[in-house]
Amino acid sequence: MSTNGHRPRNIFNAVACAATLVASVAIAQPRPASAPVAVAAPSVASPTLNAIKARGQLICGVGGDRPGFGFPDARGVMRGFDADVCRSIAAAIFGNPDKVRFVSLTSLTRFPSLQSGEVDIVARFTTWTLTREAQLGLEVPAIHFYDGQGFLVKKKDGIKSAHDLGGASVCFQPGSTGEVNAADFFRANKLEMKPVVIEKMEQMRDAIVSGRCDAYTNDTAQLASFKASIGSAGNDYQVLPEIISKEPLGAFIRKGDQRFFDIVRWTHAAMLNAEEFGMTAANIDKFRNNSNPAIQRFMGETGDLGAALGLDAQWAVNVVKGVGNYAEIYERSIAPLGLPRGLNRLLKDGGIQYAAPMR
Amino acid sequence: MRRVVWQVLAALIVIGVFSWLIGNAQANLGARNVASGFGFLQREAGLPIAEHLIPYTPADSYLRALVVGMLNTLWVAFWGIVLATILGTVIGVARLSKNWLLAKLMSAYVEFFRDLPLLLQLFLWYALLQGLPPVRQAIHPIAGVYLSNRGLSFPVLDWQTAHSWTLLAFILGLIATVISAKRATRKSLDDGRQRATWPTAVLLMAVMPATVVITLGAPFALDMPSPQSFNIRGGVTVSPEFFALLFGLVIYNAAFIAEIVRSGIQSVSHGQIEASRALGLKSSNTLKWIVFPQALRVIVPPLTSQYLNLAKQSSLAVAIGYQDIVSIATTAMNQNGQAVELVAIIMGVYLTISLSISALMNHYNARIALVER
Repeated sequence: MSTNGHRPRNIFNAVACAATLVASVAIAQPRPASAPVAVAAPSVASPTLNAIKARGQLICGVGGDRPGFGFPDARGVMRGFDADVCRSIAAAIFGNPDKVRFVSLTSLTRFPSLQSGEVDIVARFTTWTLTREAQLGLEVPAIHFYDGQGFLVKKKDGIKSAHDLGGASVCFQPGSTGEVNAADFFRANKLEMKPVVIEKMEQMRDAIVSGRCDAYTNDTAQLASFKASIGSAGNDYQVLPEIISKEPLGAFIRKGDQRFFDIVRWTHAAMLNAEEFGMTAANIDKFRNNSNPAIQRFMGETGDLGAALGLDAQWAVNVVKGVGNYAEIYERSIAPLGLPRGLNRLLKDGGIQYAAPMR
Repeated sequence: MRRVVWQVLAALIVIGVFSWLIGNAQANLGARNVASGFGFLQREAGLPIAEHLIPYTPADSYLRALVVGMLNTLWVAFWGIVLATILGTVIGVARLSKNWLLAKLMSAYVEFFRDLPLLLQLFLWYALLQGLPPVRQAIHPIAGVYLSNRGLSFPVLDWQTAHSWTLLAFILGLIATVISAKRATRKSLDDGRQRATWPTAVLLMAVMPATVVITLGAPFALDMPSPQSFNIRGGVTVSPEFFALLFGLVIYNAAFIAEIVRSGIQSVSHGQIEASRALGLKSSNTLKWIVFPQALRVIVPPLTSQYLNLAKQSSLAVAIGYQDIVSIATTAMNQNGQAVELVAIIMGVYLTISLSISALMNHYNARIALVER
């Protein structure tokens, strides 16, 4: 587990993580049932934020094997949309987007790692669902990306619709909503399916390329990432028209840390508001003397938005300077996969990305 | 008396520590808003499982999904143990062969497969199996047999009630044959005359079941596999995932078992073999009557640990997509977050399997052990 893309070696990480969870909860002293109610906003106790500040860095769980989302570059630095989500939070807290340590997690290890406190946040394109929020002791402060699940097939197989997949072998990763969605889809349409469940992306890639399965199902952004990961051979594949689910993807944190929740949610809002204002990493300093009161508050020139979050007055500026506005992180990581921005455009441009006002 | 007091005290301390740990874990899970308890087992799993020995659909409960996973683990471990024992014994004996080439080849086998990590070998076998042609170009050596990247498909008998009776007749014949062979052996030891046992065997195991088939008129119809647009339907298909796992476990563990068998055979004093030759026993009989009974006493204890290893190694299944108990429990863990309960279930299953193998092998070991007077 490190910044340079070493992935957990095998499945036993899932078990190991669960064991860590058992051990850590067993050893930790029970917390008092009711935390003291804070009077002034900035003094709200946040165990996560305190730990991050004491440590000097945010520990962020990412996938680590998906180009465009979380994938180490040639120098071992984690790149992609997920990685930038974590950098934006580090920029908000520390004023420095590089104060992040990345930990690669698989679909099976992500929740135990977060529950046990091994990571502060999981930015790994994880679907926000009722069960996960109500039963796992986790929550989703913001939807970073709106997606849906689709099917990828080889063009030469001549499959035109997901309804033609009756009796097909379908590849997917274990522990994902994709697995149950696919099962639901085939059940609802009274079609048969032979599941091929492989955890590691490398083995998955081999299985798809070799034709072990007739279709690979995942969120459309992940399908685009898969196509990008096999280079020009990606042109031999197509995504079927059916989108079988809603996949609101967000970063997960442990439930009950309201202050950290606020920081993650409003960091996302800051990136969206910056895009609305036309602020970018390059031009943000020019907005310092802008007379628009909303921009004045955003820049920390007036008001006390930073103090309300327990952060520096310049926190939003630091986010934009550190990683850019929402459009910039999208263009940098996901646009090269050939994925249209679709639902993820701002509301005023016809999408559904919409942030509450910062005031 | 003092001993008993100390034992009771130690037991109380252990129980106390465990209940404190469990209580504390529960309190903390509650504080972290993680739901706990085994109630989830009754809920619908929604998980698709490719291979199941009992009927299963995603509409079934988590409990059933876990039972399916446990049976998958037992299934691959059972065949792994049977086949690795056979292969390992053959290689172990062949390694001691007087044929120089055979002995060297077998040594090379043992050294090669023993020294490479099992996970690596599993990836290798799985990759090789994925290199097989797709369904539409499946290798089709004889009627009804297809080999493709979806696995090996072959025909099976279209099972009828008459077949069950025939099977029963065969099993009864088998038991009767074993009893009669034992009796014949005892008589041979008494008067020194060799008796042919095969006529009884043929009568009991072939003629008797055949009579049942003819009387009941069991139809001999095969369920033939046939390639469809995506997969092969009908017959039985051994999936590449199961096959790669089984193959890897057998090839790897056979190397260790071969060494156990070799060392067991070599532990038998050479004088014993010379004595048996002097008595005029054929070399096959020397092996059967003199060497193996003595070697087994050395072989069985390490073989037991090898069986335990094999059963536990089957949990590497998840790496190549065979859905065993670990794979299904970890997937379930991700859907419902009940990590503590599910890890406890995994541990319980492996503990039960291991203790059962140990108990069986220890029982066998006690039977073959040298009875000292």
